[in-house]
Amino acid sequence: MNTTSSYFPIVMQTLVAGGFVGLVLTLTHLLGPSRKNKTKDANFECGVESDGDARVRFSIKYFMTAILFVLFDVEVIFFYPYAVNFKELGGEGFLAVLMFVSFFLIGFFYVLKKGALEWDK
Amino acid sequence: MLDLIIEKSILILSVFSVTLLIATYLTYTERKVAAFLQDRIGPDRAGPFGIFQPLADAGKMFFKEDFIPAASAKWLFIMGPGIAMFTACMTGAVIPWGTSLNIMGREVSLQIADVNIGILYIMGMVSIGVYGIMIGGWASNNKYSLMGAIRASSQMISYELAMGLSIISIVMMTGSLSLKDIAAGQSGQLFGIPLTTGLDWNVFVQPVGFIIFLVCAFAETNRAPFDLPECESELIGGYHTEYSSMKLGFFLFAEYINMFISSAVISTLYFGGYNFPGIHLLPHNLQAIAGIAALFGKIFFFIFVFMWVRWTLPRFRYDQLMHLGWKILIPLSILNMLVTAGWMTFRNLL
Repeated sequence: MNTTSSYFPIVMQTLVAGGFVGLVLTLTHLLGPSRKNKTKDANFECGVESDGDARVRFSIKYFMTAILFVLFDVEVIFFYPYAVNFKELGGEGFLAVLMFVSFFLIGFFYVLKKGALEWDK
Repeated sequence: MLDLIIEKSILILSVFSVTLLIATYLTYTERKVAAFLQDRIGPDRAGPFGIFQPLADAGKMFFKEDFIPAASAKWLFIMGPGIAMFTACMTGAVIPWGTSLNIMGREVSLQIADVNIGILYIMGMVSIGVYGIMIGGWASNNKYSLMGAIRASSQMISYELAMGLSIISIVMMTGSLSLKDIAAGQSGQLFGIPLTTGLDWNVFVQPVGFIIFLVCAFAETNRAPFDLPECESELIGGYHTEYSSMKLGFFLFAEYINMFISSAVISTLYFGGYNFPGIHLLPHNLQAIAGIAALFGKIFFFIFVFMWVRWTLPRFRYDQLMHLGWKILIPLSILNMLVTAGWMTFRNLL
């Protein structure tokens, strides 16, 4: 079963899951009480005046992780077709993947040496 | 076609309701297991042994005020828990819950959708789940929520790499990405030893891959010792600080569903899925039913492991978490993949 029709049950599952989420969110919105006032609607209402909002800058390291993730995840995805056809490709395929892994590791080593993954500095 | 729709509808609705029921009762189990490990009694007021506690909690979630902070991005604030819950409900679709039932001469598969990229589908859904937490935390417009959200997304994407790499060895051995083929591939004899039919589980040949996958599953579900996104001593409640009512319920619920599905995926990938020694001796329909029971037994065991670890190990520090993910698990999983590939190629050449 490799046809598009094998995805049909997933469409049905999407409808069920989406319908459930939508229904429950609407229902709880209507069921609960709603009493609004200015102090209560403030963010993180704890008795202390809050300082500005949360649209602030945060550590560059999180962006670095995200960018490295995109790079490495693309490389990981390239392994999947190889893994599926592993038995047909034989020894030659193994040599090719060794070459690919060494490129992968050179990049990884460079990232490590540059200190992109040093979180405590 | 109509037969197929009816058959799949029944299957989808039963899997969906079983998932919700299990997730509801996992909240109760978690509190009971915690009580057991800490030598307490746990919830015991609502009904005998407190078994109606989850129903009371769910009822409370429905009737609480649905609070939306004034400064938040309203639609994104609503979408966050929606996405988290939606993706959690979607992942169960490709798991083979058993072999197939023969109902009045008709073979009914116990898998909702047998897509040929089963594992990639699960990885994809898990990745979309990151958006639920990220959008929810950012939209709250609260610094603690923002911290929790960026921590969560950073952690989840980091561990996704090692997770993806550890699965590759399994794919190499099976030659397929479909979970049905992977489960069926584990029905043979273990190392050709007689009387072990149905025990040819991947964990015996891929122990390192299993450990990497298990650690990553803990990190992906944001469970202790990797629960930094919601670590209450620093971040109040993390990404769900501003949430109340069923929106909070959805975030918590999604975590329990993810725990259930992760246990199911671990069982299918490494512990033979529905296979157990002696399954081939049973008649066809009994085989399917016993298979479901075996799979659920394995799932409950892994859920217990999730809880056991939560109440045993202290939380990691963020730099330790990143160190483990990037500098230990990723090189280790690449090594595991190369050793598997090398060994299999070497064996074929002989």
